[in-house]
Amino acid sequence: MLVSTMDGRQMPARNLLARLLPGGIAGVILQGLLILVLALLIFGPLLNLILWAVAEVWYFPYKLPVTYGTKYWAQVFGPQSDAMASLSTSIIIALTTVVVCLLVSVPAGYALARRSLPARAFVMLLFLMPQAFPNLAVYINVARLFYDLGLNGTIAGVVLVHAVHGLVFSVWITVAAFSGVNEDLEKAARNLGASPLRTFFTITLPQALPGILAGCIFVFLESLDEFTGTFFVGAPDVITLPMLLYNASMEGNYQIASITALILLVPSVLFMLVVEKFMRPDTLARIGK
Amino acid sequence: MPVRHPDPQLLEVITMKQSRIFTLMMLCPALLMVVGLFVIPLLSSVESAFAVGDRYGLDHFQKAAELYGRDILFTMGIVGLSALIIALLSITISGILTLSGNRRLVSLLSALYRWPLFIPFIVAAQCMRTFLAKNGLMNNALMSADLITPLQAVSFLDWSGIVFTFVWKQTAFATLMIAGAMAAMDKSHIQAASNLGAGRVRILFQIILPQVTGTVGVALILSIVTMLSVLSVPLMIGTGTPTMLTADMAFRISSYGDYGVANALGVISWLMVAGLAWYYLKQSMRNNTAGAHH
Repeated sequence: MLVSTMDGRQMPARNLLARLLPGGIAGVILQGLLILVLALLIFGPLLNLILWAVAEVWYFPYKLPVTYGTKYWAQVFGPQSDAMASLSTSIIIALTTVVVCLLVSVPAGYALARRSLPARAFVMLLFLMPQAFPNLAVYINVARLFYDLGLNGTIAGVVLVHAVHGLVFSVWITVAAFSGVNEDLEKAARNLGASPLRTFFTITLPQALPGILAGCIFVFLESLDEFTGTFFVGAPDVITLPMLLYNASMEGNYQIASITALILLVPSVLFMLVVEKFMRPDTLARIGK
Repeated sequence: MPVRHPDPQLLEVITMKQSRIFTLMMLCPALLMVVGLFVIPLLSSVESAFAVGDRYGLDHFQKAAELYGRDILFTMGIVGLSALIIALLSITISGILTLSGNRRLVSLLSALYRWPLFIPFIVAAQCMRTFLAKNGLMNNALMSADLITPLQAVSFLDWSGIVFTFVWKQTAFATLMIAGAMAAMDKSHIQAASNLGAGRVRILFQIILPQVTGTVGVALILSIVTMLSVLSVPLMIGTGTPTMLTADMAFRISSYGDYGVANALGVISWLMVAGLAWYYLKQSMRNNTAGAHH
């Protein structure tokens, strides 16, 4: 590729970018050093977590675990363990939260994408608010409200708290997904005699599905990782994985805490690695509009 | 007898009305959820912060200031310092991603910085609880590298650990937003400046940054909101006093059932965000009008 310089000469674009770097080799070394320090700071804490997960005995002043082993893994993954019970509680809550979010956000997303609405911007903003507010005090008062309704300490209560927090992802991403659907195809289906409902399920929904699925993953992870809301609304009856991690850590049981943390880490890291493949750029560009 | 056709205009009005009602029905469940589980608890929180017996007053705020005045300042300090470091780091990383000509470095850096993006705070807190401890991996590594002596090893499980954890987690998010905005920029400005002989650092600060200040502001405000909401990090890392407001609120509820003071502290943390958002809006409006005069 050639680009024009101010005096009209043509020069290769690569040379132009190279000119932006200070001092060639020194610049590369400086950037390489920054990346190295960044890598140590990002992966150091994760490495420490992994070490604790496979350490059976580790005490001061040893710099590395004294004995390694999987004793604690057997404890965590044993059939009667608290961790397995928490894992299933967490997954049940996360899946139910996804279903609740889908049920309310697919119609809402379609309405916001397709139909003219007074105060549309305000409605969109309203769904963002639970994420744009320091929400601890809100949870305290939700817990007080739920106490009167008998929802405190129940799975249903925790699901509702997680769902309202996940709603911004599911609604905003669903709106973006529906806006990307080709309206001419819908019109063609209607002209050929398909009912509105049939058109929606055979034409509109399949096209919006990748975006809606991406929204579901966001909601699932948000629910799986949620701590503060569960702390106030669920505890002590509903013990999700983050609650179990917290309890184990505060009791000083670092092995159990680290293994639990690893279980939570896997889906988060996987999602970070695939998120760009899941979110089509055109959907991504429409989010929040 | 001639058949009377309905007035087409009237028909249109009726369909529009039906359509409007249908739209509202589709929105209703989602709206009810936000109102019932966010707006009403929020309003009841504010009400409870000001309610003293059967009248309204500032008693809870006075008590909150007496008991937790130091923690209010401590929270502002921690969040402010973290936001500053997050801004510096994410602008530096985004700048390198946008301007570096070395493609291998760029792909390495962009694969690296986003690791903490979706890692939950509670997992990050557990990592740091071990990593930053006096006999944690960081001190051990520094000792093995002969950078510090065993006597110099100190625990970072205090305010510095909280700042480290917040920066570790939120820099990924801020960088993702800022680098995205920089990538979407019109590249001709950078080329023009470079043709005129501007260096890389100057281009970053004088050409690129002024065009993405909006995104930087939003990324920082969202990060600050997050830091003011997280409970697990101060509970697990910030042992001792002073501590952050979130820990105080949880303590007020679990130990005393004192909703008044807890909600007053909640209102105080909202005021911090509101003040910041107001400053940001004022600033961006001033920039917009300044831009219009050019």
